[in-house]
Amino acid sequence: MSEIHFREMASKSWLNILTFLCGSAVGFVLCSQLLSILLEEQKDIQPSVLHNDPHARHSDDSEQNHLEGQMNFDADASQHKDENTDIAEKLYQKVKILCWVMTGPQNLEKKAKHVKATWAQRCNKVLFMSSEENKDFPAVGLKTREGRDQLYWKTIKAFQYVHDHYLDDADWFMKADDDTYVILDNLRWLLSKYNPEDPIYFGRRFKPYVKQGYMSGGAGYVLSKEALKRFVEAFKTDKCTHSSSIEDLALGRCMEIINVEAGDSRDTTGKETFHPFVPEHHLIKGYLPRTFWYWNYNYYPPVEGPGCCSDLAVSFHYVDPTTMYELEYLVYHLRPYGYLYRYQPALPEKMLKEVSQIYKNEDKKVNQEPLKEKHK
Amino acid sequence: MLSESSLFLKGVLLGSIFCVLMTMLGHIRMDYGKRRRHYEHHHLQAPDEDILKLAEDERTNLSKSFRVYCIILVKPKDVRLWAAVKETWAKHCDKAEFFSSENVKVFESVNMGTNDMWLMMRKAYKYAFDKYGDQYNWFFLARPTTFAIIENLKYFLLKKNSSQPFYLGHTEKSGDLEYVSVGGGIVLSIESIKRLNSLPSIPEKCPEKGRKVWDVSEDKQLAVCLKYAGVFAKNAEDSKGKDVFNTKSVGIFIKEAMTNHPNQVVEGCCSDMAITFNGLTYNQMYVMMYGVYHLRAFGHVFSDVLVFLPVNASDND
Repeated sequence: MSEIHFREMASKSWLNILTFLCGSAVGFVLCSQLLSILLEEQKDIQPSVLHNDPHARHSDDSEQNHLEGQMNFDADASQHKDENTDIAEKLYQKVKILCWVMTGPQNLEKKAKHVKATWAQRCNKVLFMSSEENKDFPAVGLKTREGRDQLYWKTIKAFQYVHDHYLDDADWFMKADDDTYVILDNLRWLLSKYNPEDPIYFGRRFKPYVKQGYMSGGAGYVLSKEALKRFVEAFKTDKCTHSSSIEDLALGRCMEIINVEAGDSRDTTGKETFHPFVPEHHLIKGYLPRTFWYWNYNYYPPVEGPGCCSDLAVSFHYVDPTTMYELEYLVYHLRPYGYLYRYQPALPEKMLKEVSQIYKNEDKKVNQEPLKEKHK
Repeated sequence: MLSESSLFLKGVLLGSIFCVLMTMLGHIRMDYGKRRRHYEHHHLQAPDEDILKLAEDERTNLSKSFRVYCIILVKPKDVRLWAAVKETWAKHCDKAEFFSSENVKVFESVNMGTNDMWLMMRKAYKYAFDKYGDQYNWFFLARPTTFAIIENLKYFLLKKNSSQPFYLGHTEKSGDLEYVSVGGGIVLSIESIKRLNSLPSIPEKCPEKGRKVWDVSEDKQLAVCLKYAGVFAKNAEDSKGKDVFNTKSVGIFIKEAMTNHPNQVVEGCCSDMAITFNGLTYNQMYVMMYGVYHLRAFGHVFSDVLVFLPVNASDND
């Protein structure tokens, strides 16, 4: 009898052990799941040095599809203690730029995302223009089709949308592609010399087909407020045609018809600021073959090698996602300590008085009179 | 039934406690691992940004007090890169000389008469010390695949006394030996070179003759010799703990950051005061020159303690 009892006890204890082990396994698994969820959240909440995070304002934007410029220059203070951004901040307030980025549903995650993570945040306002609306990104839906032949139609609709909703929110209106990298601080310096009430637009000037020249689409172009008004008006009155498969040329033709001047965007030493390619293609002699269309298209004498590109370049085109971040690092982070750059550009007269007090106590790195050019 | 369910619950409890312990242990291990890397490799930091305010002429004099002699070790197959280095960043060294295994007439190079990289290195250091030991206080050695920003090197060396034995760069560990990886560039103070050159030739410790096939790479060999002379490698970092000497190119760092922390790509990439990047092509050397010495954002002004003027007769910086 004790044997049976013993066996009973043995099987019972086996069952007990099994139950216990099951319990601990379940407990372990549940607990690890819980912990991994908790820890993931912690990683996301981590204090981020990332300033200008558009997601921070996302909840306010439920009705609107635009992104406010998030220029909290002080947010980066801990990173660049010795950096003074007063002039950049002043220009941000004085020269308001609305950027709209030409993109499409299939490119939001592939390309536009990286634009949003880098230079787009420095616009006073930025809009991503797509054929269909996307509330999450956010992107404006132009209700067009996609495709290269739709580019001009998209452009017209995009400018119309900007004109109807945001005309009073900016002085200048910049169009860029989702593979264009734009340096807003330098664009503001360029535009600070001009009046947004004047009918003028800037970009990389090409010479064929249009007498005053037209601006390369990929390198990006920027219209003054007056130019935008006239452009939108021109379609209402049929002054300009709606149909064309070449966006930049069609826009350039229209600009000439409505008497909007094609501006000279070169810096004070004559170097180009808007670039239709990445730096490498312009800097390396012989990279672009002599037979390439580019050499015959440029309005001003084209230069390859070190003279190709201004220190204060405004844009580059055909920039892939990796290069977006590389440019961001090279422009806004990496620098040669203590180096006295050869090119010391000055602010235009009307801005000088406003920033003069900033420099009362600074050393004479930035002079108030335009310095003589030292190089060459 | 009750006893079974209570057993089950006890099991659940034990399982979760065990899980928490394991996770905590894992985290401690990870942190320990990170700290281990941080402390067990010896590191040296860049000066903090709050340095004393100096007058203009004091700044100029201070800037001139750093005299950097650059040693670039090349093999004839590196000719194209050699040209790029000569035309780009090497112009910013106070003096730069190219040391090659053969006398290549295209560029003035010092012929070391050997194909062995360690011998070339040893001989180059001896040459540099014998000829220029009294004129330069810092010696920077690199391969032609490296791009260097000498201004940032000088800034890093601020407040570091060259009569102390410094041996800096991007360090790696091989067993117990901590050595500076040649890809990121090697910085020696005049004191370190002096000690290196006054080492007696002991074949097992620090050979002067050629190495056998199975011997260590030249950068490890250098570390062995220097260690013997009482000079130890230190990893150079900025005030945030980021490496300033890099054995990879910016592009590689960006690609890695896009995978590992896609929300903080540029912030997590590289130091603002980076001194070197490695693995560059000929074209990339010129892009870096433009990106570093020209391209910038208007309206961002820095108050730097050092002042460096552009080089004479140069069109790309």
